[in-house]
Amino acid sequence: MSMQSQDILKRSATSALTPPTQVRDHKAEVAKLIDVSICIGCKACQVACSEWNDLRDEVGQNVGVYDNPIDLSAKSWTVMRFDEVQQENGRLEWLIRKDGCMHCSDPGCLKACPSPGAIVQYANGIVDFQSEHCIGCGYCVAGCPFNVPRISQEDNKAYKCTLCSDRVAVGQEPACAKTCPTGAISFGSKADMQHLAGQRVEELHGRGYANAGLYDPQGVGGTHVMYVLHHADRPELYHNLPRDPRISSAIHGWKGWMKPVAAVAFFATLAGTLFHYVGVGPNQVDEHADDHEETKA
Amino acid sequence: MNKRDMILRTRFPERACHWVMVICFFLAALSGLSWFFPTLSGLGAVLGTPQMARILHPFLGVAVFLALVYLFIRFVKYNLPEREDLAWFANVKDVLLGNHDKPLQIGKYNAGQKILFWGIMSLISVLLLSGLVIWRPYFALAFPIPLIRLGLFLHAAAGIALILLILGHAYLAFWVKGSISGMVTGYVSRAWAKSHHDRWYRQISSKPAKGEGSE
Repeated sequence: MSMQSQDILKRSATSALTPPTQVRDHKAEVAKLIDVSICIGCKACQVACSEWNDLRDEVGQNVGVYDNPIDLSAKSWTVMRFDEVQQENGRLEWLIRKDGCMHCSDPGCLKACPSPGAIVQYANGIVDFQSEHCIGCGYCVAGCPFNVPRISQEDNKAYKCTLCSDRVAVGQEPACAKTCPTGAISFGSKADMQHLAGQRVEELHGRGYANAGLYDPQGVGGTHVMYVLHHADRPELYHNLPRDPRISSAIHGWKGWMKPVAAVAFFATLAGTLFHYVGVGPNQVDEHADDHEETKA
Repeated sequence: MNKRDMILRTRFPERACHWVMVICFFLAALSGLSWFFPTLSGLGAVLGTPQMARILHPFLGVAVFLALVYLFIRFVKYNLPEREDLAWFANVKDVLLGNHDKPLQIGKYNAGQKILFWGIMSLISVLLLSGLVIWRPYFALAFPIPLIRLGLFLHAAAGIALILLILGHAYLAFWVKGSISGMVTGYVSRAWAKSHHDRWYRQISSKPAKGEGSE
């Protein structure tokens, strides 16, 4: 069971009329800042993640690229994505991005989840799966604009990066940030991380990366995992990082307007049948009509 | 009333199929509603825990689909549109008010029932196809995420529409006395048949008496 938490901003499948426990809300928003320009792709963060979270994914196959494992899984919550990109000037760039949950302010997974309390967002902004409530439907997979959650084949439950919510809760930084040997991963309040990112972007501008910038996409309300990109104008270079991630309109429709429309339709149908029955009365057949006619004839 | 005055309207295999389907649909619909309206998440308890409901729901849905395939084969010939259906539409107000004075040339099923028939058959097809796309852990992995999103949207919309249709179906069966016992026992009275399905009554009365209505 999870520990008592009274700082939950958002709770999946929960009406605004019955909000989650959120009294302990005097908390700074946190963020992890990943400076892609400093990352050397050593995968120490992947190892630290497995270590801290007691995860041991199956040893996979080398498929001819550095990506290993080749994708996120229920037991690999972060993976390095390697992309070789040829720039206009002919130079080769090796772009390496640490992929994983972005901890959106407006999380698509939480919006799509049908199980009350299976996904929560803490006051510090971390989006966390409460796996004991997970029913394995995979709606979070469809809801996520970043293709992050994975369903375990072993227990039919969804998993992803927790941003080490257990470490953060006791004042520590996430395991990946703690272990990064080059300092590419920083952790702190979101405001501090935005400030730090500003300094880094300025330095990159000075080094000739005119389009360097911070990736904190506003389509999902901003994220609590942010990137410093040397090519912030072309995020798709970094293994298809979406340019303007948003919760899909199918999810918005399904979890948005369809619910009140359906509720009205239900009430209208039930009220219609009630008033029809009370107004018109039961539709009965006179069983002796036949005899009557025959007598007449 | 003695059985001599009764007409066999629905045979045993069709009745049995109908009521097994009712049970499966009831369980699938309630668990589906528990996810569509999470405030009603308690409805999923008809299948035990939420996790168990999530596992069983698609299997129950497939059972409903298979039952409907059988009923489609058995009933489709009575549900094809006919010229006589126009009279029902023209007099739909009298029909809803329960006035039976005018003979409306109604066959085994009236035009409203035919609409219900085709509505159910098309919605269950949408539910089956969209349901396969989103079915974990068996099929969803084979489909791209944008298609799964569309599947989720269509599955919810078709599910709600089907539940509403079935609510209407159940109410009308309750309203028209003799209908539910007709689907339970298979038999309806001659007066019932004459009043609600006059053309069908004439057709079966003109045949040599075999004690059976259908076929």
